[in-house]
Amino acid sequence: MKYSTWSQDAALAVLATLREEKGAVLMALQALQKEFGYVHKEDVALVANFFNNSRADVHGVLTFYHDLLTEPPGDNHISVCVAEACQAVGSRQLEKDLKTKFGKEVHDGYCFGNCALGPSAMVNGAIIGRASVDAIAKARI
Amino acid sequence: MKIYVPGDSAAISVGADDVAAAIASKVGDSTIIRNGSRGALWLEPMVEVGTDKGRVAYGPVNVEDIDSLIAADFMHGGTHKLYLGESEKIEWLASQDRVTFKRVGIIDPLSLADYEAYGGLVGLRRAISMSSEAIVEEVKESGVRGRGGAGFPAGIKWKTVADAVSDQKYICCNADEGDSGTFADRMLIEGDPYTLIEGMTIAAIAVGATEGIVYLRSEYPYAIKTLQRAIDIAHAFGWLGSSVLGSKYAFELKIRVGAGSYVCGEETAMLESIEGKRGVVRAKPPLPALEGLFGKPTVINNVLTLSTIPAVLADGAPAYKARGVGRSLGTQVFQLAGNIKRGGIVEKPFGISIEEIVNGYGGGTLSGAPLRAVQVGGPLGAYFGTDKFETSLDYESMLAAGGMLGHGGVVVFDDSVDLAQQARFAMAFCALESCGKCTPCRIGSTRGVETIDLIIQGVKVDENKKLLLDLCEVMTDGSLCAMGGLTPMPVKSAMINFPEDFTGEVSRR
Repeated sequence: MKYSTWSQDAALAVLATLREEKGAVLMALQALQKEFGYVHKEDVALVANFFNNSRADVHGVLTFYHDLLTEPPGDNHISVCVAEACQAVGSRQLEKDLKTKFGKEVHDGYCFGNCALGPSAMVNGAIIGRASVDAIAKARI
Repeated sequence: MKIYVPGDSAAISVGADDVAAAIASKVGDSTIIRNGSRGALWLEPMVEVGTDKGRVAYGPVNVEDIDSLIAADFMHGGTHKLYLGESEKIEWLASQDRVTFKRVGIIDPLSLADYEAYGGLVGLRRAISMSSEAIVEEVKESGVRGRGGAGFPAGIKWKTVADAVSDQKYICCNADEGDSGTFADRMLIEGDPYTLIEGMTIAAIAVGATEGIVYLRSEYPYAIKTLQRAIDIAHAFGWLGSSVLGSKYAFELKIRVGAGSYVCGEETAMLESIEGKRGVVRAKPPLPALEGLFGKPTVINNVLTLSTIPAVLADGAPAYKARGVGRSLGTQVFQLAGNIKRGGIVEKPFGISIEEIVNGYGGGTLSGAPLRAVQVGGPLGAYFGTDKFETSLDYESMLAAGGMLGHGGVVVFDDSVDLAQQARFAMAFCALESCGKCTPCRIGSTRGVETIDLIIQGVKVDENKKLLLDLCEVMTDGSLCAMGGLTPMPVKSAMINFPEDFTGEVSRR
């Protein structure tokens, strides 16, 4: 996935689009991640200033949500569902095999709402049902 | 000539996009409609063709099948090994009682013309002609209960908000469908998004709200896209905005996307998250109906609850409550998932048995191995063995059986399942997703994992089982919300219904 290179001006431009939103801190962090691929360490202070919050509050939000990343992502993001319905069709083994093969690209997911066609995975935002290591390998960039 | 290839993400997950592209490249101009899925997910991608005798279906269709389908003249309903007959006569679908899901899979999800042709906007137009009190009364009278899992009567909630005095009120739709084994909210939004918008608009008129928010999980990117487009189209049509369908009512609708937190499906944590904060559960009272989003009176309902409202208003409360049993009135959209041969959406009146759903509709396990357990009601629901299969799926019967109906998900496991591992996962999931507010949930879940590990290893098994039950009691009684309060349900039900998995012996077999 292609992302913009982080700069303070670019980050402020993202925040400016959310000026009118009520309770915008989480939205702001999501928007920054969408633009740059992750939340840059200087973003916490920027968001806090922009929306008149404390840095502690913004840091608290950043660290609460599983989606928010604080390191630049790799080329591929593989999320494999490890919740019950997928466990029932072998996701525990699939998760193990994927982690052996693709290492840090693989993240645990908790349900993509594809529970009748599991095991399910999401590769770079595209959903895969009846997932296998091969099918996921094919979907990688 | 119309060809239907579902654009539902479950269908896409097994190749519907490729099938649609392959058909387009072969047959050129003919119109391909990306409908929602009818819910027979084991038949996806299920391709339908409009013929003189109605729509006929083929499935599951792979890209490799396209050439032979064209050779068999599928465009005119020709015979082929994947031929399923007339869509409306497929027994699995025809035997259902579709109310909330009546349009899903049939219409083009974003076509307002389709929506109206299949009964859309009738409920809203009727609501506009009624007084707010009369709408609330109709919903109360119908007996519709919250489909998110708690089962609280929607009409009573609406009445509380309607009676509250405030300069601003909100309608919040909880679309944070985090329960494993559930996907009805997603399919409804992807397949018939206007129904949800209509239900929320009716709620707004009924309680005097002017703003609505759909809190939609980030794990559902396809649903987010479809709903946003539907909102934009409804705006351009004059449905949403300063004058709803030319009436005196105003209603604006927005989506807020979640960020990967299960506990944000709990209504007060969801409010915190919409306000941009950590998804930490609030103590009740005050009820969100009185002090909800940004401290204002707020209706919070699940996608299915709100999407059922248009049918209630269109057909009237008596028609709706003619279905169901006892105090569980109307239909429930069951979701059949996990290790199941024929999984998908089964909408039936409350009161159908687990047996009818799992073995009747589901046809047993996908693996072919003996079925050993089902988990009903999501990760916080109980594990049952086949001895409980005659239990009626309604709120009261499930409670009496030591479980809960939850959001209507039924996850099936074959005999390879180890219930001690499932109990351990319930505790581990709670440890991962706990918001941290209540000690029994925050700390207890980690202690729970450790204790179950000791049982699995055979260390002081009886003592640790006693300790685990005690811990479950503390979590149930000492947690504010269902996360900590109900995590003991899968744990205890696994211990009670499958004691042979908690003996500490390395293998059952």
